[in-house]
Amino acid sequence: MAEFTLRLRRYDPESGEAAYWDEHTIDLEPHRSVLEGILQARARFDGSIGIRCSCRAAICGSCGVRINGQPALACHTHLDQAMKGARDGVIEIEPMGNMPVLKDLIVDMDAVHWKKVRRVTPWLINKEPIPEREYIVPHEAMVDVTQSMACIQCGACVSDCLSMEVDPLFIGPAALAKAYRFVGDPRDAQHSERLNDLAQDPHGIYDCTHCFKCIEACPKGVAPMSQIMRLRRISGRDHGIVDANNGERHEIAFTNLVRDHGLLWEAELLPRSYGGDSWLAKFGPAAGRELLSSLPVIGKALLRGKVTPMGALKAHKLPDEDLQQVKRIYATVEGRDEAERYELNLYISGYDEDMEGAEGPPPDAAAAGAQGGDGGMAGAESGQPGQSPERSPSR
Amino acid sequence: MPSHDVLIIGAGLAGQRAALAAADAGASVAILSKVHPVRSHSVAAAGGINAALKPQDTWESHAYDTVKGSDFLGDQDAIEIMCREAPDELLHLEHIGVTFHRNDAGELGTRAFGGASAARTYYVADITGQAILHVLYEQITKYHETVDSYEEWFTTSLVQDDEGTCVGCVARDIRTGEMELFNAKSVILASGGNGQTFKPTTNALICTGDGIAQAYAIGAPLMDMEMVQYHPTTLTENGFLITEGARGEGAHLLNSDGERFMEKYAPNKMELASRDVVSRAEQTEINEGRGIGPDGGGLYLDVTVVPRKRTLEALREIVNIGKDFAGTDITREPISIRPGQHYIMGGVKTDVHGQVPTVAGLYAAGEVACVSVHGGNRLGANSLLDTLIFGRRAGQHAAQRSRAMPMPTTPTSRLRQDLEHIDAIIARDRSGRRISEIKDELGTMMNRNVAVYRDADGLATAHETVRRLKEDATTAYIDDRGTVFNQDVLGAIELGYMLDTAQATVVAAIERKESRGAQFRTDFPERNDDEWLKHIDISRNGDDEPHVTHSPVTMTQWEPEERKY
Ligand SMILES: Cc1cc2nc3c(=O)[nH]c(=O)nc-3n(C[C@H](O)[C@H](O)[C@H](O)COP(=O)(O)OP(=O)(O)OC[C@H]3O[C@@H](n4cnc5c(N)ncnc54)[C@H](O)[C@@H]3O)c2cc1C
Ligand code: SF4
Ligand code: SF4
Ligand code: FES
Repeated sequence: MAEFTLRLRRYDPESGEAAYWDEHTIDLEPHRSVLEGILQARARFDGSIGIRCSCRAAICGSCGVRINGQPALACHTHLDQAMKGARDGVIEIEPMGNMPVLKDLIVDMDAVHWKKVRRVTPWLINKEPIPEREYIVPHEAMVDVTQSMACIQCGACVSDCLSMEVDPLFIGPAALAKAYRFVGDPRDAQHSERLNDLAQDPHGIYDCTHCFKCIEACPKGVAPMSQIMRLRRISGRDHGIVDANNGERHEIAFTNLVRDHGLLWEAELLPRSYGGDSWLAKFGPAAGRELLSSLPVIGKALLRGKVTPMGALKAHKLPDEDLQQVKRIYATVEGRDEAERYELNLYISGYDEDMEGAEGPPPDAAAAGAQGGDGGMAGAESGQPGQSPERSPSR
Repeated sequence: MPSHDVLIIGAGLAGQRAALAAADAGASVAILSKVHPVRSHSVAAAGGINAALKPQDTWESHAYDTVKGSDFLGDQDAIEIMCREAPDELLHLEHIGVTFHRNDAGELGTRAFGGASAARTYYVADITGQAILHVLYEQITKYHETVDSYEEWFTTSLVQDDEGTCVGCVARDIRTGEMELFNAKSVILASGGNGQTFKPTTNALICTGDGIAQAYAIGAPLMDMEMVQYHPTTLTENGFLITEGARGEGAHLLNSDGERFMEKYAPNKMELASRDVVSRAEQTEINEGRGIGPDGGGLYLDVTVVPRKRTLEALREIVNIGKDFAGTDITREPISIRPGQHYIMGGVKTDVHGQVPTVAGLYAAGEVACVSVHGGNRLGANSLLDTLIFGRRAGQHAAQRSRAMPMPTTPTSRLRQDLEHIDAIIARDRSGRRISEIKDELGTMMNRNVAVYRDADGLATAHETVRRLKEDATTAYIDDRGTVFNQDVLGAIELGYMLDTAQATVVAAIERKESRGAQFRTDFPERNDDEWLKHIDISRNGDDEPHVTHSPVTMTQWEPEERKY
C-alpha cells in the first residue's frame, strides 16, 4: 500500500460557482489505477464526486479524463505511472477538453463526440446483392478494419485534438477513424461517396494538422491520425478525388517537393498546392489569388524571422547522399502495393515479430516519418500501437 | 409522457437487438439505458459467439453440448430454438457489418471453446462483444426515426395498471435529475445481470441486477437463481477476466508442481471441459495446497504454449490486460488466475418468446432473463447468442402483441412514490452506514459463502447477513444532494436491487439439496435427478419475503446421463 494524493477538478452546475480543486489522499498499491483511487475517495470521503465508469478494464470507454494535463482513461493509468507525470507530487485529474463539462469529471460527449460520429453516416451501406451466406472477403481486410473497430469511443483523442481546438467543426479523430471502418470494409457499397463527402467538407479529412496528439492519447491503439491519412490516400490516389479545399493537391505538392529536393521548398509549396503540381503552377489564376490572400501570413513569418526571404525562395540544399537516401525511401514506400499496407496494422503481428531485436523502426519508416506530409504516414503507422513505447508489446 | 408500442429497458446486446427487431416489425420503440449504449456490459465479452454454421456441424450437436453443459437443467425446447436459429442470426450480424474473423478462403472462421464438441465459436479478435455491440449501435443510429434512444436514463420501477399488466416504467434522466413516466404497450427488460453482488467479479460496476429486482418487485418469478457461474480464469490480482479463448487457443492450466492438473478431472477435454468442472478442479487444487502465490490462492494459466504471433493477433486484448493490470507479459510467462464470479444463469423466468408468465405485457431477454437455456451451467460463447436470439424474439413478439391493442393509460402513483423514495434517501441524516461499506460487505460475504463450494452452514450465514444488510440499507446515507448526475443516489437504489437479488440466490441455493452444474453442495455432493431435476422459482407474492416453488424442466430428446468431459 502507498499513499497518493489526488487533486480533482470539481464543478457543480447547480451551485452557481466556478470550478475548483479538491484534494483527497487515498491508499492503494501503486499499480492500481487512477480510477480505483477516485472510487476509493468517493467511497470513503465524498460520494458526490462525479465520474463515469463501468468496466474498470479499458473496454467500455466511460472514464476518459485528463491526468496531469494529458488525456487518458482513468482505469488504464496506474497510480505510480501517474505520479511520474505529477508536477508537485499530486496527481491532477481534470475533465477532458474540447467538450463542455456537465459536472466534475463528466463531459457532454453527445454534444460533440457523438454528433461528429453521426456526421459520418456511421452504418454499413451494403453492397448488393447481399449474399445468402457470409460475404467472402479477405482475412486481411477484416483484420484491417478491426483496428478502427477497436475504438471504444472514449473521446480521449477528441479531448486534445489540435485542429478541433481551432476549428470546433472539424469532424475529428474518432469520427474519422469510424469512417475508415466503412471505407476499409469491402462489404460497403459507397466508398467513393463517403470519401468525396469527407474530402470536400472543409472540416473533413484535410482539416487534420498531423499533430499526433490523437495517436498518443488513444488507449486502444486505433491511431486515428493514421486512419485519416489512409482516408486521404485512398481518396486521392485510388479514387482520384480532388477536393475543393486543395488538400489533395497540397499533399501531392508536399511529397513531390520533398522527393525532388530532399527538404521542403516553402516558396513552391503554396502555388503548387493551389495551381497544380508543376513549377509553372504559380502562374495559374488560383495560385495567384491564394498567394495574394496569404501575403499577410508570409509577411508575418518574415517579420518573426521564421522564414528568411532567401531561404524561402531558394530550394534548401541537402548533401547528395542524403537526397539519394530520401529518394530511396520514396521508392520503397511508393512501391508498396495494397496488400503490403495491411502489414502496418495493429492486429497483424508480423510486423511486431520482425521488429524483435532490431534497433528502432526500419530506416525508411523513421526517415519518412520525420518529413511529415504524405510520406509521414508510414512513420505514423509503424509507430503503432500508438502508445507510449513502454506500453507497446515488443519494446 | 413518452408513449411507445415497445419500451426496452437496457441497451446491451439483448436490448439493442430487441429494439431493432421490434422496429423492423413496425413498432414505435423506445430504448432506455443508464449508461450510453456502447458502455453496456456486453462490450466486455471477449471470446465469441457460438453457432453451428459450418456444413459439417449440426444444430443438434450444439444443442446437445448445451444440454449437457447445463447439467440437464436447461429447458430443451428453448435450447433447440436457440441453436437452430443461431446460424441465421450470425449471418445477419455479418451482413450488418460485424467484422468477424475470416479464414484464408475469406469465409467465416472459428475457434474452439469449452464444453463444445466442435469448433463453432465465431469471433472478432478478442473484442467480439464490443464489435457486435458497436455494430448494433450503428444500426440504432440508422434507425433513429423509429427508435428513440434515451441514453443515461435510469429506470427506477416498472409500472402496472389495475389488472397487473405492465404498462411502462418510471425513469430518471441522470443528466437533469428529472423523473419521467414512460408509457408503453409492452415492456422488455434487457438490463443485464447482477455480478456486482459478488466481490471480486468480472462484471462491470453497472451490473447490479436492477431489472431482476424490478420484475421481482411486481410479482415476476425468478428462476435458477442459485446457478452462479464462476469462470475458471480470472486474474488473481483483481478478478478481471482472461477469456476462455485463451484455453481455446491451447493454453494450459498448471498447479504449483507444474502439473497439468486437468488430466485428473477431465482427461478428454482437459482445459476445455465445462466451466463449472474446471472451476471446481481449480478450487480443489487450491484447497488441497497446490495453489501458487503468497497465499496459495492462484494457479498458472500458461499461454506461452500458444504461438506468440497467434496470441498477438487473436488474444490482443488479454495481452494488454495481463500487461496493464497484472504486469505480466502472457506471451512470455504464465499468469496467476483463479475462479471468479462471472455470470448468472438465473433471472426473470420467461417462455421462449421472452414473456414473463405471471405479468402480462412484460418481457425479459439476455442475462436478466432465464429462459432457461443455460440451466446449471452456461457454455462459453452461448450468452451472446442467448441475448441476440431471445432479444430478437422478444422484440418481434412484443411488436406483434402491440399491434392489436390501444395505448394503455399509465397510472401516475408509481412516479410519485419513486420521487418520494429518492427524496427520502437524499434527506437521510448521517447516522447510518455508508452505501459503499454495505456493498463491500455483501460482495465479500457472497464470494465466501455462495461460491464454487457451498454448504448449509455457509448459506445460513449468508442469509442472515443479507437480511441484516437489508436492514442497514434502509438507513444508509449518501453525500450528494444535487440533481445533475447524482450518481450517489443511484448507487443507493442499486444497492437495494443487489440485496434483493442476492437474497433470491441464497434462498434458492439453500433449497437445492444436491450438486448440479454451478451449485456444488459439499453436504450433498451428488446430483439427484429423482428429487431435483427441476427448476427452483422464487417470487414475492406481495410481501417482502421470498417464496419458493418448483417447476418442471422441459425435455425433448435428451435424457439425463452422467456428465463426463
Ligand atoms: C468479461 C466478460 C466476458 C464475457 N465474454 C463472453 C463471451 O465471450 N461470449 C459470451 O457469449 N458471453 C460472454 N460474457 C457474458 C455476456 O457478455 C453477457 O452475459 C451479456 O453481454 C449480457 O448482455 P445483456 O444485453 O443481457 O446485458 P448488458 O450488456 O449487461 O446490458 C444491460 C443494459 O441494461 C442497462 N440497465 C441496467 N440497469 C438499468 C436501469 N436501472 N435503468 C436503465 N438501464 C439499465 C444498462 O445500461 C445496459 O445498457 C462475458 C461477460 C463478461 C463479464
Ligand atoms: S493528428 Fe489530426 S486528428 Fe489527430 S489530434 Fe492532431 S489534428 Fe486532431
Ligand atoms: S480513437 Fe482511441 S482515443 Fe479516440 S475515441 Fe477511439 S479509443 Fe478513444
Ligand atoms: S471504466 Fe470502462 S474504460 Fe475505464
